[in-house]
Amino acid sequence: MMQRAVADSFRKLNPRWMVRNPVMFVVEVGSLLTTALWIQALLGPGEAPAGFIGTVSLWLWFTVLFANFSEALAEGRGKAQAEALRRTRKETQARKLRQPHRDAAFDMVLSSALHQGDVFLVEGGDTIPADGEVIQGIASVDESAVTGESAPVIRESGGDRSAVTGGTRLLSDWLIIRVTANPGEGFLDRMISLIEGAKRQKTPNEIALNILLAAFTIIFLVVCMTLLPYSIYAVEAAGQGTPVTITVLIALLVCLIPTTIGGLLSAIGIAGMDRMIQRNVIAMSGRAVEAAGDVDVLLLDKTGTITLGNRQAVEFVPVRSVDVRDLAEAAQLASLADETPEGRSIVVLAKEQFGLRGRTVGAGDDMHDGMHFVPFTAQTRISGVDLNGTSIRKGAPDTMTALIQNAGNVIPPELRTSVDAIARTGGTPLVVTRNGAALGVIHLKDIVKGGINERFAHLRKMGIKTVMITGDNPLTAAAIAAEAGVDDFLAQATPEAKLKLIREYQAGGRLVAMTGDGTNDAPALAQADVAVAMNTGTQPAREAANMIDLDSNPTKLIEIVEIGKQLLMTRGSLTTFSISNDVAKYFAIIPAAFVSVYPALGALNFMHLATPQSAILSAVIFNALVIIALIPLALRGVPYRAVGAAQLLRDNLLIYGFGGLIAPFIGIKVIDMILVALNLA
Amino acid sequence: MTVNGILQIAIYLIVLLLLVKPLGGYMARVYQGERTALGRALGPIERLTYRLIGVNPEQEMGWKTYAVAVLVFSVFGMLFLYALQRLQGILPLNPEGLGDVSADSALNTAISFVSNTNWQGYGGETTMSYLTQMLGMTVQNFASAAAGMAILIAFIRGLVRHSTSTVGNFWVDLTRSVLYILLPLALVVAVMLVGLGVVQSFSPYQTATLVQPTVDATGNQVTEQTLAIGPAASQIAIKQLGTNGGGFFNTNSAHPFENPTPLTNFLEMLSILLIPAALCYTFGKMVNDTRQGWALLAAMLIMLVVFGVAAYAAEGAGNPRLTALGIDQAATNLLPGGNMEGKELRFGIPNSALWATITTAASNGSVNSMHDSFTPLGGLVPLVMMQFGEVVFGGVGSGLYGMLAFVIVAVFVAGLMVGRTPEYLGKKIESYEIKMAALLILIMPVTVLGLTALAVVTGPGKASVFNPGPHGFSEVLYGFTSMGNNNGSAFTGLGANTPFYNLFGALAMLIARFWLIVPTLALAGSLVRKKRVPTTAGTLPTHTPLFIGWLIVIVLIVGALNFLPALALGPIVEHLGL
Repeated sequence: MMQRAVADSFRKLNPRWMVRNPVMFVVEVGSLLTTALWIQALLGPGEAPAGFIGTVSLWLWFTVLFANFSEALAEGRGKAQAEALRRTRKETQARKLRQPHRDAAFDMVLSSALHQGDVFLVEGGDTIPADGEVIQGIASVDESAVTGESAPVIRESGGDRSAVTGGTRLLSDWLIIRVTANPGEGFLDRMISLIEGAKRQKTPNEIALNILLAAFTIIFLVVCMTLLPYSIYAVEAAGQGTPVTITVLIALLVCLIPTTIGGLLSAIGIAGMDRMIQRNVIAMSGRAVEAAGDVDVLLLDKTGTITLGNRQAVEFVPVRSVDVRDLAEAAQLASLADETPEGRSIVVLAKEQFGLRGRTVGAGDDMHDGMHFVPFTAQTRISGVDLNGTSIRKGAPDTMTALIQNAGNVIPPELRTSVDAIARTGGTPLVVTRNGAALGVIHLKDIVKGGINERFAHLRKMGIKTVMITGDNPLTAAAIAAEAGVDDFLAQATPEAKLKLIREYQAGGRLVAMTGDGTNDAPALAQADVAVAMNTGTQPAREAANMIDLDSNPTKLIEIVEIGKQLLMTRGSLTTFSISNDVAKYFAIIPAAFVSVYPALGALNFMHLATPQSAILSAVIFNALVIIALIPLALRGVPYRAVGAAQLLRDNLLIYGFGGLIAPFIGIKVIDMILVALNLA
Repeated sequence: MTVNGILQIAIYLIVLLLLVKPLGGYMARVYQGERTALGRALGPIERLTYRLIGVNPEQEMGWKTYAVAVLVFSVFGMLFLYALQRLQGILPLNPEGLGDVSADSALNTAISFVSNTNWQGYGGETTMSYLTQMLGMTVQNFASAAAGMAILIAFIRGLVRHSTSTVGNFWVDLTRSVLYILLPLALVVAVMLVGLGVVQSFSPYQTATLVQPTVDATGNQVTEQTLAIGPAASQIAIKQLGTNGGGFFNTNSAHPFENPTPLTNFLEMLSILLIPAALCYTFGKMVNDTRQGWALLAAMLIMLVVFGVAAYAAEGAGNPRLTALGIDQAATNLLPGGNMEGKELRFGIPNSALWATITTAASNGSVNSMHDSFTPLGGLVPLVMMQFGEVVFGGVGSGLYGMLAFVIVAVFVAGLMVGRTPEYLGKKIESYEIKMAALLILIMPVTVLGLTALAVVTGPGKASVFNPGPHGFSEVLYGFTSMGNNNGSAFTGLGANTPFYNLFGALAMLIARFWLIVPTLALAGSLVRKKRVPTTAGTLPTHTPLFIGWLIVIVLIVGALNFLPALALGPIVEHLGL
């Protein structure tokens, strides 16, 4: 990787490439000019000793090369990844179906001949030839080529798991797939080109910063150009010394223009994208990464992000006449055949609290002896068991009250009280009955993820508002929102309500980020400024989003925001560093350039640099080396901490502003001492 | 430095600060069209003015229309002032029968006054008739100042309004600036100055018999002196208030008829910074966050105090060469001490150093002492105050909008450092804003450095330099710095009334004023379209001491990076060579 980066840094010397970066282009022109002056000095009387001009010229070339190297290095990481992807992207045979059903006739075609709308069949062991949507079948797919995750995932027609990616492999069964992307436009193709940075466009803030850097470059160009007439005048007036040489002016110019940030700017941008990729997030554009840093509002799905996926039973609340043990036992019996996580948690709770082992079942065949399970259906919204003439039921309070009343029983007042109390705390009450009489309530609770509270507190400090999106009723939602520590919530959320909420925030000038996976999330994803689709999500969701999370982990949004912020901070900090460096360089070069005319200016050389030549060389060398020294920082990014903006500014100013002021004084002095020790000065 | 001197500076600053809030609040009410006491009295005149010039005050302008109005207004002013000078020989109110002004000088002067520079290549009492002074100079003192204030107000509207496209009506802003702010203040100050002994008369110049006859350069006996007088007080009041600075008499505010006593000196110094300082509060009031205005005022004030004290210290310490000769330069009860060359005894060192600092901090440019005679470091202060781009108070209006360009750059870099797309007062700072702000910061050093370079290598440029060496270089640099920043103060020592300096100076003044007005209004036009972003904990606060410090650092660093090499070859090497 290193070798290729070195080779690339020479390749990038091509002026047509360099001109994209005005700061480094000026350095390249300066290097060419000094090279010409060096040749002139070799061939005849030059404006200064050829050795001096040659050394300056050499280090100016190094400056350009170091900058190119940083960019090449940043690109290199992506390139290696892209190559691995490209290997999976090899040409395969596909069974293109004439009719969209399993037994239809098919033609064998090359994967590159599949176009949008074509339908093909894949069977176990095949590589899926193109991006598409499953229209028939269910199968397990190995998506490790894309996600790096080796566990297979299920793909099936309809619903939120219907999207397949070209280049992934079917492990079993079969699928009929409709192609959704033309050759060369597939997900993998887009990923490759994104990772390679081939289509990398400058982001808005990068453009603005480039303008500022260009302005500084123009100013310094004028400062250095006008120094020649000034020095000619000074020589005339003082009657001694020689005017400043072109070599020294070019050296001064290169030292002054913001080469540090100019040289590293594009590496910082690429590295930002790269950090996303390392966290298994594919950003569709650099603009999206940058926007992530600006996000004001995070819309987070409750389930999976804020709470663990499933509710758990935490308490049995019996009515007055019933023993709690009795209730637990009934609840456990009713849940034995319930495979949902909620049902499991009831069994577990009963076992943990009362040592109940579901003794009447488990011994396999007992089940048939008069034990009859009633599964949950959307119509009845009740489940339970019939056992030796006893019927145990559990279900949501409203349907269960009807059941109790139909059985001719009264509803104990304390049942209502417990149901309301549980709902108020954000829990879900399940009423349990035996033979139509109320036994009590099971308290199912959403379990808020550990540590999530602190994360939201951090986000608040970063100035980001968190909004929980849930289908729950407002009462439950409010309780969970309070427990998790989110700033706001949207209860009984529909896709329309989500879209409306996003639009409202945006109208107020806020930038909104959200995650989503379902097709019904697509409109909201398209509207959000930063939209992260889960890789497990549907094709419409993945297309509407501007980032795709290959791990399908909704909490990752928080990391994405941090990466966006890091990107901007790295640019800002290195700009500050670069400009504050200039002060020391003035003190090195100004006395060196004019001491022959005005010896009094030697007083400004308080670093006591050995000779004018060594002073200029030290400044130029420092300027080149600092680029190399900062490459790791540019690639890694300035660390982000969730503290207020004022404190971040203070810390970064201290490190990069004040540090930038001091560091070159030390660096230049040390380089000067080395030059003297090596007898080069 | 003496306790007395420091006290004088402190009292000046305290009185200035006490006036900021009342005047600033009043100006905000004027520009926002709210009810004021003067409004009731002068309202009919305002409405009559609109009817006379055919302007509908309700008609809002986009930034381009606004800029065209400013330019048209300025071009008319320029042509009028040029014609007035060229024709003054045949026009009335010319008791001394002064002839027409030469073409290049008239052009330079016309541009100079319209651009609020008031660089004077001419001597007032020997060149300009009373009519030219009153109808030309004084009118432009009002007009150019009012135009600067109007542009600032348009810029502030760009920040305050959102999701719209208009920034106000130039003719309304101009009329209100003159009618409600400049005229009443000028009237008060002029009457006070007359009361304190400043000349105000239409009589011809007076002749006095010398008590102690002398001989002139050719050896002839001189027994009489001509005392130039004229309608001076009315012009001086507005010359200070409008940060114009063009003197009625050649020696400007050092002249005893322009500035006779320490008290008039105090009043005139107060007038110089009064409006620029109060406009900071107006800004805060108009953006609904007075802390923002105080922050900018604090940044300006800190720089003013630091550099003012530096100038005072340098002048108070005197000339090291004289110290080396054993000459006592210490201040005592009977002696001012320090470097008194080129200073008026009635003002002494603190008031001369303070004046030099504030007249260059604000783009006023009137002088009460000769900056050319300051010690190198003392002279460096007025030079760098201008080289910061006239943003430390600066011209009325123009200083604050210049500072706001620096604020945009400061906010941009700082905003990146906290990891957000930068915003100022809820407006996102994006590439267009940076482009305009960069232009605003870039144009000045390019003009100043470029024209100085031209002057020191060409024959006509060098011919006017009477002190070769670093000091002569300082004089040329000072001249173009002054014109390239619309300041107008002269270092003197440079023969500037030549076609070379008149024409290239005119160019510098035109660029400094009008090339900056267009990007400023374009910036306003872009900001006004933007949505307003709500403030969160992630928003960079722009009113804290930290931000004030950062803003100062940006102004200092940009100024130093632009001019340090040039300064090294001028005042710095001169100082080191002492």
